[in-house]
Amino acid sequence: MSTEPVTMMVEAIRLDFELGAGTAQSRFLLGLADGELRGQRCPVCRKVYMPPRGSCPTDGVPTEEEVLLPDHGIVTTFCVVNLQFHPAAPPAPYVCAQVLLDGADTPLFGLVAGVPADEVRMGMKVKAEWKPREEWTTNLMNIKWFQPTGEPDAAYETYQEHV
Amino acid sequence: MAIPDHDALVAHHVLEFPGGYKRSLGPVIGRFLTELRDGKLVGVKLADGRVLVPPAEYDPQTSEATTGEYVPVGPGGVVTAWTWVPQPKRHHVLQWPFAWALVRLDGADTAMLHAVDAGDESKMATGMRVTARFREERVGHITDLESFVPEPS
Repeated sequence: MSTEPVTMMVEAIRLDFELGAGTAQSRFLLGLADGELRGQRCPVCRKVYMPPRGSCPTDGVPTEEEVLLPDHGIVTTFCVVNLQFHPAAPPAPYVCAQVLLDGADTPLFGLVAGVPADEVRMGMKVKAEWKPREEWTTNLMNIKWFQPTGEPDAAYETYQEHV
Repeated sequence: MAIPDHDALVAHHVLEFPGGYKRSLGPVIGRFLTELRDGKLVGVKLADGRVLVPPAEYDPQTSEATTGEYVPVGPGGVVTAWTWVPQPKRHHVLQWPFAWALVRLDGADTAMLHAVDAGDESKMATGMRVTARFREERVGHITDLESFVPEPS
């Protein structure tokens, strides 16, 4: 047995768990497997939640109306990541963004590629780049990333309430 | 479009640090585990003379620094609270039914959490005397103290 002072310890840490996606999230994930982006609209405030949560946190009611959204929208906020952290990201520096799909009221997480990281802007119009169809699963990573469409940026006033 | 019935999805996740999570111990817990590796239990004195076990760098009530004076405690002590674990999980120290207990070691003013290997729930009681059972091979980890066992009466 060592006689040196003990200065370090190694702890086996392992969390092994099942995560139930719930009704709304399951609808969303099953839609992704078919290349669909399924949001849900609140019957009271009419806001479209993407991804759907099953209820409206503002009005406290179920969001039962499903809305199909297109795979394009705008970057609201974003950050430049300088560590190769995200498993599917292009080489760093890369961009993680909140993408507000056209017709949605809440933004969806997405990588932004096809443009240098220092040229990504708030309001930039982007479109999803999907993986090949045979690789689609019930996973948001079916969308590899979003790429600029080249259209003019959206004016800040048009999306300020979604930031 | 109305939302049809369906089966909700379930994802299986594993979050882990391969090889374990390594952390530095600092001077106080480092001292505690060094002593434990050598088969001894120590506490640290607080400014008011009370003895804190396991030791900490700061008095949890006043936030003042502890004195740095280490005193031997145990190996016997008293169970101040306990709960029975009829079906241990695979990561538990003991793989048969045992109790999690707060044990106030002799010479200590606070109780520490550890396992009590009593064999049966009927052998457990608040106020019972227990004593430390150390592993033969010790490495400087809290599990060097394998468990407490009821003190022979």
